[in-house]
Amino acid sequence: MSAFSAIGEEREVEQDEFTPSIEPQPTWCPGCGDYGVLKALKGAMSELGKNPEEILLATGIGCSGKLNSYFDSYGFHTIHGRSLPVARAAKLANDGVEVIAAGGDGDGYGIGGNHFIHTARENHDMTYIVFNNEVFGLTKGQTSPTSPKGHKSKTQPNGNAKTPLRPLSLSLTAGSSYVARTAAVNPNQAKEIIKEAVQHDGFSHVDFLTQCPTWNKDAKQYVPYVDIQDSEEYGHDLHDRQAAQQAMYETENALYEGTVLTGRYFVDDERPSYQEEKRARGDMPEGSLAERYFEDGEWERSYDFIDRHA
Amino acid sequence: MTDDELIWRIAGGSGDGIDSTSQNFAKALMRSGLNVFTHRHYPSRIRGGHTYVEIRASSEEVTSRGDGYNFLVALGDSFARNPKENAYYGEEEVKPLAENLDELREGGVIVYDSGLLDTDEIENFDRRVEENDWHVYDVDLRGIAKEHGREIMRNTAGVGVTAALTGLDTTYIEDLMGEAMGGDILEANLNVLHDAFEHVQEEYDADAHDVTVPTGEHDEEQVLVSGSHGIAYGALDEGCRFIAGYPMTPWTDVFTILTNLMPEVGGISEQVEDEIAAAALAVGASHAGVKAMSGSSGGGFSLMSEPLGLAEMTETPLVLVESMRAGPSTGMPTKPEQADLEHVLYTSQGDSHRVVFAPSDPVECYEQTRTAFQIAYDYQIPVMVIYDQKLSGEHRNVPKSTFDEEPNPDLGSVLTEEELKDQPHGETGIYHRFQHEGEDGVSPRSIPGQKGGRYLATGNEHTPEGHISESPSNRKAQVDRRNEKLAAIREALDADERQEVYGDESADYGVISWGSQSGTVEEAVERLNADGHPVKGLSVSEMAPFPTDLLTEFIESVDDVLVVEMSSTAQFHGVIQKNLGQYGEKLSSLLKYDGNPFEPAEIVEAVEEHGSGEDLSSNTRFEAAAGSD
Repeated sequence: MSAFSAIGEEREVEQDEFTPSIEPQPTWCPGCGDYGVLKALKGAMSELGKNPEEILLATGIGCSGKLNSYFDSYGFHTIHGRSLPVARAAKLANDGVEVIAAGGDGDGYGIGGNHFIHTARENHDMTYIVFNNEVFGLTKGQTSPTSPKGHKSKTQPNGNAKTPLRPLSLSLTAGSSYVARTAAVNPNQAKEIIKEAVQHDGFSHVDFLTQCPTWNKDAKQYVPYVDIQDSEEYGHDLHDRQAAQQAMYETENALYEGTVLTGRYFVDDERPSYQEEKRARGDMPEGSLAERYFEDGEWERSYDFIDRHA
Repeated sequence: MTDDELIWRIAGGSGDGIDSTSQNFAKALMRSGLNVFTHRHYPSRIRGGHTYVEIRASSEEVTSRGDGYNFLVALGDSFARNPKENAYYGEEEVKPLAENLDELREGGVIVYDSGLLDTDEIENFDRRVEENDWHVYDVDLRGIAKEHGREIMRNTAGVGVTAALTGLDTTYIEDLMGEAMGGDILEANLNVLHDAFEHVQEEYDADAHDVTVPTGEHDEEQVLVSGSHGIAYGALDEGCRFIAGYPMTPWTDVFTILTNLMPEVGGISEQVEDEIAAAALAVGASHAGVKAMSGSSGGGFSLMSEPLGLAEMTETPLVLVESMRAGPSTGMPTKPEQADLEHVLYTSQGDSHRVVFAPSDPVECYEQTRTAFQIAYDYQIPVMVIYDQKLSGEHRNVPKSTFDEEPNPDLGSVLTEEELKDQPHGETGIYHRFQHEGEDGVSPRSIPGQKGGRYLATGNEHTPEGHISESPSNRKAQVDRRNEKLAAIREALDADERQEVYGDESADYGVISWGSQSGTVEEAVERLNADGHPVKGLSVSEMAPFPTDLLTEFIESVDDVLVVEMSSTAQFHGVIQKNLGQYGEKLSSLLKYDGNPFEPAEIVEAVEEHGSGEDLSSNTRFEAAAGSD
């Protein structure tokens, strides 16, 4: 019998199960896009039948990091930019747990950018949601890696001299095997995309546009938005890397010209996840490593290897 | 210590195979019944440059490198021979011979590769040979190697010459070669060995010098291990099955050993993008129910400050290794120093909340790493094992039975699903992970995936329920509870009887050392007592929580104390005073920070000259106690 009986438990999971008793009402600003992520995540997890105790949600620091306080599951509210290395190790260690990492655009594309690139490159079997509001919210409105060129803030009073980072293009280049963009104002699409991302075997990256009504009024509400899968004008083969690259490039440009494009951009179902790659090389045990600590059984010891030193 | 000892040094270019040759030679000496101790010196360079390995062999216990050495095998530097590099390397070709002469003892033996080295290029060579009564054997090692195999085998020729000149039975070497290689390579090497051996027997009179291989016998089977093996095996035996790291000298030693073992023991090794990630991965794996470790050297450890603090605040068990080298910044990557002590004790914001061990030899590396895991997982606290380039690479023989220990994969203070049922939970089922009711400040944890165990771990201050809070009363209660663990750990460590004081118990002069220098200080103390200077020694290996009673008792028992450490700012001296709040007038310091570990004679000299005001002859510095002249 598993020491982790919450994993894979077959039962109906209500959305309310993810609402904590301590702080059921989030303290994000009224109109904040972060509510949209919380709602979509609760909806997706309940529809996938994932219960709170088989989920590990790891967040960084920022308004987005508060997600952990409002989503009742196993949680690890880590440090700024470091949710990914904590999360991916937890997944390697305890394979059955559904691991989701989340953070803001400063957290994921700025201070944690190196981890983002390498976690995507390695294709860890997990989901990463980036709350992209194009600004630092919690620290009161400074320019972020995705802030538009010219964006004025207290730390860039003469306007941002930097070209914004291209999150989707970067993700694809780095190696993510599922890339999508959604927006808080599009709750159904957001929920469906999170469901797909969680079900995907490999690193799923969701760039989630979360309007900041307090510090980034320019971005408005990310409306009107276009779902490229539902549009006559857009749409490409999701498995075609080059087509995806083109679509991402256009989407990133369009955002700063006032057109909000969302949807799925790239899916690679063929590429083995990092876990599979490691197992194929004998570098990772089959099954859950954590489970072994709860089972009876022999453990190897250094004495088994000591004759090499004789 | 005995006069009857061989201190054999093989010198050549980095990349010339000196490491593996010396390993085998050390093993051969060990198998012949001797105690061995190796010391490696190499440049921070990819290939070429002067490098040597020294092997001290004696029938008695050896805990240190010696003062100088008595047998040199000088190979040519293969990299320096590249004509294109001559302009850059200049005279480096003769360095394996020229650079090693200063430390060669009187009456010592020099074997050099006459196929590659020309003594005319070395200033005053003949005069120095005469003055020091050195015995010189010029052997065309390269020629012998090329005749039977490849040039690189001149290492083997050097070993063959050594055996002939010191009276070592070549069977031990032949056996080791047979275990390491086969086929044509083995045959060629055996031919080189025998040819070199016979050549010397025919051409020279080995009785012309006094350096021979001593004879000895072991009570039980021995193995040759380094401090890095001690740490790696300690981790393995505590059930560590997750190691994350980023390459950095000298930390790479232990990282490599464990990486190679992990597939064999069903574990995972992760080489990651940087040290922030490495330590964060160890935190993540540990949180998710696997015993995990990470580590680095000083520069990489700087990056680990953040995840270290996270582990302190979230009470996630974590073991980190810090393998020191000379700093600041890139410093001297292949040279030892003990100047990361304060870095390890205090890095990361907020009050420091951790355990720090500093083992002094491979056996202690093994034992303390085991203790480190036990404390980390029982008390849910980061534990650092701090050692250095010296201990990382030096090999010693230890009884094989040292490692004949039971494994301990216990996860420590973790609850099962059954046990979780009886624990306090919130209204909707959140487990009160950070409750105050635990013993010794420890609140047992649950593991993701367990039913009835969900909670939030957060780097913010939090309530017993895991909820973020800045309430003053909660803050104080949580800090007090976490601090309570340190007091409990100190008490548990004190209860464990350890032999730390040695030398003349009635002496009123004491020497304190910590970490890798302790073996050398022990030898110095032994010599001082033998020479009629009563001295007692204390080697400290538990740096935090500070062993207050041990240090107080020792310092109280003597009039003067010399603190010996490899740092220019007397860090450990400072740590003692900070923790004890007194004894400034008793504590002097002997400091070394030139990139080389202490030699016993340097400590002997400093103790003998203590307070005399005389300048010390070596690259050490004496700092007098407060208030003294």
